[in-house]
Amino acid sequence: MRDTITRLRYRYWPDHLLGEILSKRWTETAIPVILLLIVGFAFSRSIDNFLSPASLADTARQAGEIGFIALGLALVVIVGGIDLSVGSIFALTDFCALYLLDVAGWSVPAVVLATLLCGALLGAVNGILVGYLRLRAFITTLITLIIYRSAYDLLIQRYSNAIASAFPDIPSWDFIGAGSVLGIPTVALAYIVIAVFGHIFMTRLRPGWHITAIGGSRRSAYNSGIPVRRTIALCYVASGALTSIGALFFASRLGTVGGDIGVGLEVIVLTATVLGGITLGGGKGSVAKSAVGVLIVLLITNGLTTMNARGGVNRMALAGILLVAAMVDIRWQKNRTRIISKVYVAPTYHELPPPPPTEIGQGGPFEQNDKLRDVEAIGLGRIEAPEDVILDRHDNLYAGSRHGDIMRFLAPDYQKMEVFAHIGGQPLGMAFDREDNLYVCIGGMGLYRITPGGTVEKATDETNRSMRSVNDDSRLRLADDLDITDDGLIFFSEATVRYEMDEWPVDGLEARGNGRIICYDTKTGTTRTELRGLKFPNGICVASDGQSILFAETFGCSIKRYWFAGPKKGQVEVVMDNLPGYPDNINLASDGNYWLALVGMRSPSLDLAWKMPGFRRRMAKRVPVDEWLFPNINTGCVVKFNEQGKIVESFWDLHGENHPMITSMREHRGYLYLGGILNNRIGRYKLDNADPNFVQYDKRWGKQS
Amino acid sequence: MMKRFRLNQQEIVFAVFALLFLVFSIFLNGFLTAENMLTLLQNVAVLGILGLAMAIVVIGRGIDISLIAALAVPPGLVLQMVQNGHSLPFSLLTAVLLTIAFGLVNGWLIAYAEVPSLFATLATGLLLAGLGQAALFQLDVVQWSAGMNGFERLGQGTILGIPTSIVMFAIACIVVAILLRQTRWGAYIYAIGDNPYAARVTGIPSRPIIVLQYVIAALIGCFAGLVMAASVNSMPTRVFNSTLIYDVILVVVLGGIGLSGGRGGVLNVIIGTLLIGTMLNGMTIMDMSYAGQNLIKGVVLLLAVITDSFLNPRNEETAQQGDI
Repeated sequence: MRDTITRLRYRYWPDHLLGEILSKRWTETAIPVILLLIVGFAFSRSIDNFLSPASLADTARQAGEIGFIALGLALVVIVGGIDLSVGSIFALTDFCALYLLDVAGWSVPAVVLATLLCGALLGAVNGILVGYLRLRAFITTLITLIIYRSAYDLLIQRYSNAIASAFPDIPSWDFIGAGSVLGIPTVALAYIVIAVFGHIFMTRLRPGWHITAIGGSRRSAYNSGIPVRRTIALCYVASGALTSIGALFFASRLGTVGGDIGVGLEVIVLTATVLGGITLGGGKGSVAKSAVGVLIVLLITNGLTTMNARGGVNRMALAGILLVAAMVDIRWQKNRTRIISKVYVAPTYHELPPPPPTEIGQGGPFEQNDKLRDVEAIGLGRIEAPEDVILDRHDNLYAGSRHGDIMRFLAPDYQKMEVFAHIGGQPLGMAFDREDNLYVCIGGMGLYRITPGGTVEKATDETNRSMRSVNDDSRLRLADDLDITDDGLIFFSEATVRYEMDEWPVDGLEARGNGRIICYDTKTGTTRTELRGLKFPNGICVASDGQSILFAETFGCSIKRYWFAGPKKGQVEVVMDNLPGYPDNINLASDGNYWLALVGMRSPSLDLAWKMPGFRRRMAKRVPVDEWLFPNINTGCVVKFNEQGKIVESFWDLHGENHPMITSMREHRGYLYLGGILNNRIGRYKLDNADPNFVQYDKRWGKQS
Repeated sequence: MMKRFRLNQQEIVFAVFALLFLVFSIFLNGFLTAENMLTLLQNVAVLGILGLAMAIVVIGRGIDISLIAALAVPPGLVLQMVQNGHSLPFSLLTAVLLTIAFGLVNGWLIAYAEVPSLFATLATGLLLAGLGQAALFQLDVVQWSAGMNGFERLGQGTILGIPTSIVMFAIACIVVAILLRQTRWGAYIYAIGDNPYAARVTGIPSRPIIVLQYVIAALIGCFAGLVMAASVNSMPTRVFNSTLIYDVILVVVLGGIGLSGGRGGVLNVIIGTLLIGTMLNGMTIMDMSYAGQNLIKGVVLLLAVITDSFLNPRNEETAQQGDI
């Protein structure tokens, strides 16, 4: 009963989604958006007309003006600095625009240009000081804040009367300030245009990437040749220019040069920036975050003003929000990976019946023996981690190595070893096609093709993305083994879509169906996913009927058959289940049966733990990784099974000296060649009663030259 | 080499001060009068006390922008409470408790929540000022009331012929000098300022010491506020909106306490205070507008910061990524 409840709970409740969602970049934007919705909802309930069109248009105008400044500040914060002088630049450029228009009598386009230039110049002062002289951004812009502010105070002492007494009646100027297109205020439209450009700039263009790179790590950016000082300086220039755009709209809307314009603006904009989730210290941030932050801050300050709160309350609210947001942001940035790694592992219920016996004297097909005692070692100590081994038509032996190479041992004595091809990722399963191209699954990279001449080509490294997956599963994380059909379809397994190659035991702990089988069509070059939800699919072998493949599910402890053609096309059928170990590669035997490697044997403890998901989750959360349960891969064996799923024979290394762990095997001319991902050798075992002329690819596709 | 250089800087600043003083004495009418010297010293006293508070924090590689809030709000609270009929000792106790709580918040945010100090104190300063404005004070200028009588001696009059506020500054100097040079905590502050990571690895309780820095700074700020209130017989809380904090930074940086921490001491604060005091006083006598004074102060501060960055370059190994 309890088991049933546990099973149902873990089958239908998607535990794994939490970790996957948290590891998405957009969750950092989602939190401010949710906050925005809450704030908007709260104020719309407590204040009448809060969401009326007139009120919204008013908010939009303010949001546009402040939004421009926030965009500039976002840029500066992302590059790793801060700009406190924006309030004073705002005031000065506001003055500049009104002075040129009202007192100097310039035309509107000239005023706009001159104001932008003025803002850029004021920003350039910051840029030179912070970028080139490498002063501290905070203290420097604090000082320019005072200098600009006192310059502004001095200027308005002289000119405020002249500006206040002028009433320019210029339609284009009024349109900037109060006009709207299709009911949307001009300032909001302009903001949207610039924000969209800013988004493209930050995410798609080279300078945007440079800015993020410098914020992420200034020294690395410098070492990779990015012009750090110039880029930083230009960010401050951009901040000044964007601030002046905001000031232009403000000037055309209100047309005043009061003494308190722009005072404390930097705190509002800074709050908006931090609240939106742009990380102080740089490297992270987006236009969307900036916009969301501005909206939240404006809603709060406007809401408080409407509710007639005293000035001090407004100040406190702003400072309080700023502090909390900064604190949350800093703690989250610091602990993000730790939190995600704690919740990412989401074990599920996995029940297996008691395994068949393997002990000597108990009988049964898996009874242990010592047949592999006299295995001959090839390349002992010279090769590392040959997960799969394969032989070509000329009897040469190929194996992958931990160093990202395909090694070749030359026939007939396999003493001479050479690097056949260098790939760079760990080679796993291998198969030859009709033209003797070697196809290799590379963990973390995908499916690669090596021509007989040794040229490495990428076959595929992506498949169709499934709509229901939160993780982007279009890239191949752990392509494992493959086989090629007579029609040139390559079926290969991807063991897991949730973990990287080095984390494969964690996938075993999770025991969720995270793997899939993918088909690559060599004729069309297309890749598509055939089967999903498999428990660590591993070995793949095209069956003798030519219409189906056999595949092993390592942590499912089963062998299944999938029909890719013929009357049963698309069906999956269990060939063997409840194996006593974890099945790995499958290959053809000379007598028409199949070889299967068991990489390790099941243990009662993991079998029990698989039925206790809560226990494994607690383990993943509380115990350090190197003390977690680990699937046993110390002892395994090779078995031969027939088309019906009956075990014919088994081969053990009882002493555990030569080949305790086996991930693959190939039969070739009366010998069985053994590979193991943790071994430093390739085994060669003389088979009794085997066809001494058996060559796998000659048999399937006929002899060639 | 480096040491020689920094000694030079102190000497230069002192020489600039002497030169400025001389020039003002000769060319400015009414500068070298006994009355003006008294004003100068009194103005300088509050600035100097604040400079000591800032010095402690800056030596520990931080900065405290919220000092002016600590200067304005707790002393303002004392005046307000006495006005409302509470006794003076009780009001003082409340103010001190408020100050300690404020310092603890600052220190916790910086040491434990790891918010950059500039940023944290900018926000907490606003918070405290907003609290005062919204909840504590009825008027922007909190008036002296009868219950405060006697307390004005903290800022007015003379002791042994020396103006009291100067005596207060001297007392603060001695206390801070003993703290920094004679106690273990002072040595820890220097160690943390010099290299926070090394200090932590050595086993120095970095976080509690950082909290301590901000609590002491806030208390000294509050003391400065009491002296100020006593000398002008009121507490103009709008002082928070002024540029006083920049004067304080100016004192510290010009005096030769590098913003990168671990350097300098009380002597630097005194030299810086003298220079800034003379400069401000001279500009006031010249009848320069407030904005004009700010402009000049800003430019001088900028030059000082640039010079500081050349004389005490940031250590790229220990300067944090994103250390804004």
